[in-house]
Amino acid sequence: MSLFKYSAPMNFYPLAGRLIPLFWIAALLLIAFGLYWGFFETPYVLSDQKQYYHILFVHVAASWMGMWLYGMMVFWGLVGLIFNTRLSFMMAKATAVTGALMQLIALVSGAVWGKVSWGTWWEWDPRLTLSLILMFLYIGYIALQSAIDDPRRADKASAVLALLGSAVLPVIYYSVNCPNPNECASLHQESSFKGVEFNILLAMLVTALGFWAYSFATILMRVRNIILEREINTQWVAQLSKN
Amino acid sequence: MSLSVSNLQCTRGDYPLFSGLSFQLEPQQLLFLQGQNGSGKTTLIRTLCGLFLADKGDICWQDKKIQTQLETYRAALFYLGHFNAIKGDLTALENLQFNHDLSGQHADEEAVLDALEKMGLFGYEDVPTRQLSQGQKRRVALARLILNQSPLWILDEPFVALDAAAVELLQTIISKKISTGGMAILTTHQVVPLTKGKVQHLNLDDYKVQI
Amino acid sequence: MLNTFFMILQRDVKLALRRRSEIFTVLFFFIIVVSLFPLGIGFDEKMLQGIAPGVAWIAALLASMLALERLFEADYADGTLEQMLLAPQPLSVLVFAKITAHWLLTGLPLVLVAPVVGLLYHLEAETVGVMMFMLLLGTPILSMIGAIGAALTLGLRGGGVLISLLILPLYLPVLVYGSGAVYESALQSGNIEPHTLLLSAFLLLSLIFAPWATAAALKISLE
Repeated sequence: MSLFKYSAPMNFYPLAGRLIPLFWIAALLLIAFGLYWGFFETPYVLSDQKQYYHILFVHVAASWMGMWLYGMMVFWGLVGLIFNTRLSFMMAKATAVTGALMQLIALVSGAVWGKVSWGTWWEWDPRLTLSLILMFLYIGYIALQSAIDDPRRADKASAVLALLGSAVLPVIYYSVNCPNPNECASLHQESSFKGVEFNILLAMLVTALGFWAYSFATILMRVRNIILEREINTQWVAQLSKN
Repeated sequence: MSLSVSNLQCTRGDYPLFSGLSFQLEPQQLLFLQGQNGSGKTTLIRTLCGLFLADKGDICWQDKKIQTQLETYRAALFYLGHFNAIKGDLTALENLQFNHDLSGQHADEEAVLDALEKMGLFGYEDVPTRQLSQGQKRRVALARLILNQSPLWILDEPFVALDAAAVELLQTIISKKISTGGMAILTTHQVVPLTKGKVQHLNLDDYKVQI
Repeated sequence: MLNTFFMILQRDVKLALRRRSEIFTVLFFFIIVVSLFPLGIGFDEKMLQGIAPGVAWIAALLASMLALERLFEADYADGTLEQMLLAPQPLSVLVFAKITAHWLLTGLPLVLVAPVVGLLYHLEAETVGVMMFMLLLGTPILSMIGAIGAALTLGLRGGGVLISLLILPLYLPVLVYGSGAVYESALQSGNIEPHTLLLSAFLLLSLIFAPWATAAALKISLE
């Protein structure tokens, strides 16, 4: 019961307000620790990679968050469509911008990494290509959301779009990974987790957690704004501005 | 057979339009829906058609919520709004035939031609409707009322853009519908004299939500 | 239900045939885009054969994109769409009929005009055959997925450009396998079976889900 209480924007608003500082502190500490560990406690060079590989701690964390947040956006949209709860739509809307930002960081850091290790800013590597497509999906979501004036329609329509994206994404993933099915086996990338040094893994996970906390802090801040914007005519918001 | 609405509340955009709206419509009853601009007439009508979801309250057709029996309800409902749903490239006959068939009922060509003639469109059956006047187009749309067998009619401003003769014709059609056991909801200020049956009035301004 | 399907199909085709120029607009757009490429990047035969599959498919994506705007717009503007939502038949059936008509009028002509691409790009007859076959498999997918986008952007300002932003990324698998197969048959081993199977699977999936999703999107847009 207590959990459902917070599905009302009125009750969620103060809760989010209390959570935001916690997420900010967690984000700062985790990112600081993760990056420190990544830069100073890991090997200087890594087999064929030179010292530039350290950018991976930012790159991997950002691209994980980019994917994770898309999933979260789809989840909140789905919850909203099924239970018709306004707050979940607001969560989905707030998630999109942070997700797009994460995807942008992933793309830029990926390009920089590519420049120093492959000698080119852009390589049509399956993972980078997929990041680009995901970025397009975020842009489409945000564009649709902002093109519709009626918030109710905007919420539902963009939730459907996100769902559609998540349904087609596996097919896109497959087609990007394996553009020529005749020689698919040779193109398949190996999972890079095998035999990774503990320090690298630790730094990567901690940074990712830090990015996660940062995302939540910003998402909650944005949700609070959306709540105020949409509930401007209600008693409790009027009360809030008086205090 | 009845339509009952209880404790309905609707919100459009950020503003609640009306709340606590209840009424009951029985056969041989005609409901006039009134209210100022922005009082939510159109929203209420769209909600009654099942196109818009209300925040609170129930709409029941034959004592069952319409959401649980949308197909049955829609077979029993006839709605005509501001738009004529007419294609300029199709003839009056084709338009009427298609629109009537779309509501799940079928009429043979004889009946369709007959309906057009009753609406004063004799001689225009095979003319592409883009060549007709506004009033004539509206008549093509309203000709569906002659063919339609649904027990519940919801008509949004049906008298707009009609000349005196057409107004009288429409009054007769609605009155006949009511006297033969139909129900109708109208948003209009036009009086419809009934030969038989009862009239209800509902003013949305009475259910306005104070902000 | 089948009656309703054919009723709407017949009406949409009839309407389009009374306004033939709209069919030809899409068709000529496709032909013009395809013929602009050699003028822009040169007439080398080998190179043209190499880019032909990609060019043809991208032109097809853009052409079907262009046509999508009109899929629901006219019916929305004159109130017919509202009447369709209120019809007692399931909306997805009505929507499926409209998509089918749309494909017959804008997708199928592209398939039939594909030999022109073959002539312009010096493709062999066999490759042209493959291209036509792949377009036949792929263009219905474009109409299916595109319909969802058209339904979501119904009545919005700048809807046409917005649809491309939403839908073009989702066309990617069709582009990859559609042009992949043509490329394969033009320059490589010629085994296009995997491409065909993948595209057919995608087509089946979209046949199952797209009409339903489009109906849901229309209900949202007309609420």
